[in-house]
Amino acid sequence: MLTRRDTLAIGLGASAVAMLPVTAMATPVDDAIAAFTGGAEMADTGIAITAPEIAENGNTVPISIDAAGATEIMIIATGNPTPSVGRFMFGEAAGTAMIATRIRLGGTQDVMAIAKMADGSFASTRVEVKVTIGGCGG
Amino acid sequence: MQHLKTAKSMALAAACMAMFTGAALADPDPTAELVIEGELHLVTRAPSDDLTPYLPERYSGWLFRTETTRNLQMDDFENPAMIAVEAGADAWETAEGTNNQSCMDCHGDAEDSMAGVRAGMPHLNDAGVLWSMEDYVNNCRTERMDAEAWGWNSGDMRNMTSYISMQSRGMPVDVEITGDAAPYWEQGRDMYYTRYGQLELSCASCHEESYGLMIRADHLSQGQINGFPTYRLKNAGMVSIHNRFRGCIRDTRAETFAMGSDEFRALELYVASRGMGLSVEGVAVRP
Amino acid sequence: MTEVRPRIRLPRRASAGDSIVVKTLINHNMESGQRRNSAGEPIPRQIINRFTCEFNGVMVIDAALEPAISANPYVEFEALVDGNGEFVFNWYDDNGDVYTATEAFEVS
Repeated sequence: MLTRRDTLAIGLGASAVAMLPVTAMATPVDDAIAAFTGGAEMADTGIAITAPEIAENGNTVPISIDAAGATEIMIIATGNPTPSVGRFMFGEAAGTAMIATRIRLGGTQDVMAIAKMADGSFASTRVEVKVTIGGCGG
Repeated sequence: MQHLKTAKSMALAAACMAMFTGAALADPDPTAELVIEGELHLVTRAPSDDLTPYLPERYSGWLFRTETTRNLQMDDFENPAMIAVEAGADAWETAEGTNNQSCMDCHGDAEDSMAGVRAGMPHLNDAGVLWSMEDYVNNCRTERMDAEAWGWNSGDMRNMTSYISMQSRGMPVDVEITGDAAPYWEQGRDMYYTRYGQLELSCASCHEESYGLMIRADHLSQGQINGFPTYRLKNAGMVSIHNRFRGCIRDTRAETFAMGSDEFRALELYVASRGMGLSVEGVAVRP
Repeated sequence: MTEVRPRIRLPRRASAGDSIVVKTLINHNMESGQRRNSAGEPIPRQIINRFTCEFNGVMVIDAALEPAISANPYVEFEALVDGNGEFVFNWYDDNGDVYTATEAFEVS
């Protein structure tokens, strides 16, 4: 049985480990972002994601992204086995830069959108979508 | 019968529903209106009566879904079930069988001839046997078109039942349960209150005693079938009534009945009667 | 596979120079390649990997789609209509098939 002393010791130990310096390794999400931005910095304004707070089924999650002035929008599901969801390039006959679609999310995660703007700069934003497992039998 | 704890469980259900009002999942949201294309109002709340003495009101499953899911059903373009409806519409006009006839050759425009058909299903045929819509479709195919029957849950059948169901959209569910239909209805009622499987759950355990509560991450509805055939987001495709019954009973870890079985036809009649007054939703969207 | 039916929705009325909302839907399993059949073997991927829309021959949108796009892909975007013309939509399947839909559009 865990005594209070044990729990405290475990807790202190865990926070000690957390404070150790850890080398960051490139994740698939980092790779997906780098493939799009080339490592450039991303501003955190100028792009917005609309997504449900709770997705009733991860198979079909409606989302939309608005980024006025963007030439290209990329969607990344940071928690999916393959983070890339889609890349949408706007042509000369495009209207206001927006995209709405339905995506598959394998679990609760942040959905990220990155916009490439006309001047070559990038903007990004992310939103958490809770994905429910479903009921009896899913 | 398993209603020893009715008063207690109703109080519990009421308390739990009260808990959920105001939370992010404030469903069923009784104020939500199901309006298709901004024009057609569907009835999602209907008065209860002697058939459902333990339901204070009848709620469509639509009310229990999140706003995102509800919105998908309100626009005929965004509703992914419309793909099946269109496929059914095409099949309606496609000649088949040795007689080289289409549904249209005998039935004309489905909008006229099929209006109200879904609302009254299932019902007795001329020989006094209870048939579901799938039975009527296959009967026409095999007896009149001399074509092959479609599998109960085949894509073709689901497309056709979706199309036919659309022709009753907005009409109140109204099934015959008296006279010769009564024995089927009673069989269905008995099944509804029978506990099945290792989990020993009856339909009532979840859909009458616990609607509004969560089962894992799913928001339990009253188990109405006015929205069937429905596009389930989980399947990314249409699901038939018997398919759903089969899944539900399988989920109690029981040996489930087959689609197209007599048991499920009887259950279908009973469950339909519990939803009388709700609008047929044509093709609904559910998670 | 069942017949592929693209669906398009354009607004009923627009003036020249408007940015109009274009809604598209096509039935397709979008088999991700992640699923396994009952024997445990992986079901091969087959998705719509690219979607394009042109108006009077000028590109509106060129989208690269991945398996994370839901089945029966829905894509909504905005197009600039400078006058009467024709929209051409193309969906490119992994297996090489291309599904095309066209829709005329008039400004008022």
